[in-house]
Amino acid sequence: MPIEVRVPTIMRKHTGGAQKITGRGATVRELVDDIEARHGGLRDALVDEDGRLHRFVNVYVNDEDVRFLGGLEAPLDDGDTVSILPAVAGGG
Amino acid sequence: MTRARIAGRFDLDRAIYDALVEHARSDFPFEVCGLLAGEAGQVVKHWRIPNDARSMTFYNMEPRAMLEVMRQIDEQRWELLGIYHSHTHTEAFPSPTDLELAFYPEAVYLIVSLQDPDRPVVRAFNIVDGEITERTLFVDGEQAPVGSR
Repeated sequence: MPIEVRVPTIMRKHTGGAQKITGRGATVRELVDDIEARHGGLRDALVDEDGRLHRFVNVYVNDEDVRFLGGLEAPLDDGDTVSILPAVAGGG
Repeated sequence: MTRARIAGRFDLDRAIYDALVEHARSDFPFEVCGLLAGEAGQVVKHWRIPNDARSMTFYNMEPRAMLEVMRQIDEQRWELLGIYHSHTHTEAFPSPTDLELAFYPEAVYLIVSLQDPDRPVVRAFNIVDGEITERTLFVDGEQAPVGSR
């Protein structure tokens, strides 16, 4: 069973407008590589040039923030849902 | 007062407007933040989200609380209509940081300014591709005060 990925509005330009896509991988990093192959641009939206998750992007496996699960090395199981939510941040 | 091109309006009822101001006051001088959702452009519910930064100049919504609310919005088949935060020492206009970190083009950004604590100002903006436009804010159908600075 593939992994469902929920894509936020600002990243749907990479998915042809789709809100949900599917992919495969044993870790979040593998999943990102897999979905990048079909939805070019998503990897750069998620991962910085040092190969780490962007500071202002939240990625969740089911209900948990991947920062508490090992970041991009967070393990995935078939049937998991991965949600991407850009940070809501700012200030002045 | 800094201005942007006006494009459209945004409506709140008095109870929600007052709740946003009360929330801003509740953690002064730190910034607070939250989300607004509803249907057909009508705000029906607002949520306070903890500010992970607990700062006077920065906010960053606590990620798990934010996911929980986004799920509720989806389950109710509502839409995310607004994102609010407070400015405790500056005017109700998007700061350079607000502009840089505006990742929700579909939402209206509301800023509650307590720069003058006795005269809170709430203004509403869209921030799309780095461009700020303002929506005239109406509270129970009356234009909200925009302040003098």
